[in-house]
Amino acid sequence: MTATATTRPVKGARRPRRPKGLGTHALLVLAVVISVFPFVWTIVMATNTTRDIYQSPPKLTFGSHLLENIRNVLDTIDFFGSMLNTVVVACVTTVLVLFVDSLAAFAFAKFDFPGRKILFGTLLVFMMLPLQLAVLPQFILMSEVGWVGMLKALVWPALSNAFGIFWLRQYIENGVPDELLDAARIDGAGFFRQYWNIALPMIRPAMSFLAIYAFVGAWNDYVWPLIVLTNPDHVTLQVELAQLNVGHNTDYSMVMAGVLMASLPLVIVFSVFARGFIAGATEGAVQGT
Amino acid sequence: MSSPPVTGPAAVREHRGGPGPARFRPRRTPPAGAARPARRGVLSYWRQYLAISPFYLIFTVFSFGPVFYSLYLAFQRYDGLGTKQFVGLQQFEFLWNDPVFWLSIRNTLVIWVLSTVPTLFGALVLATLLHSVRRFKGFYRIALYVPNVTSIVAVAIFFGAVFSNDFGLVNAILGVVGIDPVPWLSDPWLIKVVIALLMAWMWTGYNMIIYLAGLQAIPQSVYEAARIDGAGPVRTFFRITIPIMRPIILFTVVVSTINGLQSFSEPQVLFASNAANQNLGGPGQAGLTTLLYFYQSAFLDNDYGYGAAIVWAFFVLIIVLVVINWRIVQRGRKS
Repeated sequence: MTATATTRPVKGARRPRRPKGLGTHALLVLAVVISVFPFVWTIVMATNTTRDIYQSPPKLTFGSHLLENIRNVLDTIDFFGSMLNTVVVACVTTVLVLFVDSLAAFAFAKFDFPGRKILFGTLLVFMMLPLQLAVLPQFILMSEVGWVGMLKALVWPALSNAFGIFWLRQYIENGVPDELLDAARIDGAGFFRQYWNIALPMIRPAMSFLAIYAFVGAWNDYVWPLIVLTNPDHVTLQVELAQLNVGHNTDYSMVMAGVLMASLPLVIVFSVFARGFIAGATEGAVQGT
Repeated sequence: MSSPPVTGPAAVREHRGGPGPARFRPRRTPPAGAARPARRGVLSYWRQYLAISPFYLIFTVFSFGPVFYSLYLAFQRYDGLGTKQFVGLQQFEFLWNDPVFWLSIRNTLVIWVLSTVPTLFGALVLATLLHSVRRFKGFYRIALYVPNVTSIVAVAIFFGAVFSNDFGLVNAILGVVGIDPVPWLSDPWLIKVVIALLMAWMWTGYNMIIYLAGLQAIPQSVYEAARIDGAGPVRTFFRITIPIMRPIILFTVVVSTINGLQSFSEPQVLFASNAANQNLGGPGQAGLTTLLYFYQSAFLDNDYGYGAAIVWAFFVLIIVLVVINWRIVQRGRKS
């Protein structure tokens, strides 16, 4: 962002380029419309009756049947139960990811212990592997220990994802000055004190990025819950939503109300934190040059 | 598939290989002149090992081990209940002669090409446009990124409704213009187009953000020099922007390859009403991707050995394609 600010041309030079700028905005607005349209249309469908949607041409405006459709959703599936499951899984996963990954990332970023390169390299290689290579044995493992159908079966595989370590290590290397750690060391702070009192407060932006990333990932995860949550009465929101679609896909307005209810919390959370999230996502690249 | 464990920018930076600004550069060795401490033994680092141990324990049990165990499974016959029986390469032989497997590979490749090419091209164009504007930049970025945080299930249900053969919005609009309803969700090609559109909708914003980060890192002086030399915007784009962005483009191509080939949830949800019968993947199995076939073999047919063989063969395919893409993008640099 700063780069654009500093290169702002003088006022006079801008004038003749106005029309071109308008065209650029027009194209961008078009892209935004395409990107936002599904949300709007979901609301349209969720607020009308299925008959309104089915008629030709379909009703294009917001209707007044939203509450009715929501009630239908709540009568058909255990919406809040599955949402609670999702919230619990997403929260637990996020907290554990933050803790486990930041601790390891700190060690990797600032300490040259033997085996560091090999251990980290292994992570990089495994990050590029398709997750599905591990899915089948993970399922067998879960059935061996009797976790099939239980929520904790969702948390552990999510923790074995190395992205957070990769991400935080990058940030700590650049963002936490060695001088500060040296000073703390001289004052008698051990490894864990340095981690807790110095590194953690300094990497808060990267941590909040990772938190949103992990939370969104856990909230939207579908494949693994579909496989491992074998009890249809005890599933996460995404699986429940897919089941709603399977069983009642003729009642569009109700299904769409379910889609709306399931997506809205996340879209709101994202919109609130989006600025920091996207800044965090781009920061690594901009810093790198 | 759920988003991959890789977001771009960090890795982009790794690709670019550029060291950070001097003030950020980590200094692990003491400054010249200071006495170098004697190299410490492994045991003196027990705190660091303790710090990474929670992750590595989980990683070993749930990721490292399982990957190799699935390779082992690919050489067994196993239904998850009885005993495993070593069958050598039989699973792979069967795979080689299995028309459904090859159909799934074809489907996956077609969907991948149909989605990746427009996604990356659109992302690059949008990033260039966005880079050139000053106002509403933050708004555009957020609005264009939002599709990437919506759940695939919700998006797939939505696309299913909009492209529905009989009552979908798309056919309704076509009907108003006087075009007959198009069988979006039953024609083998159109099924793939719909899935690809879905993926493009979800991933264009994500790639745009990565490209934008790369564009912002290009020093403005380069563009000024080009302008002075009389290069127009199009020429600048092809002669300057693209060559400088090549490492980032390479990164997004690799990620999109790994990612785009793993389509599973999209067809699984889109054609979910057929999940009970063998038509997984929609009419004519035209939406049956390789991972969907893996899911069917392993978890619906309980043929663990064959499932493992599918997923490993699929992995080999991904590697081959990544290498080919890498070569293509690299060769472009030399010419």
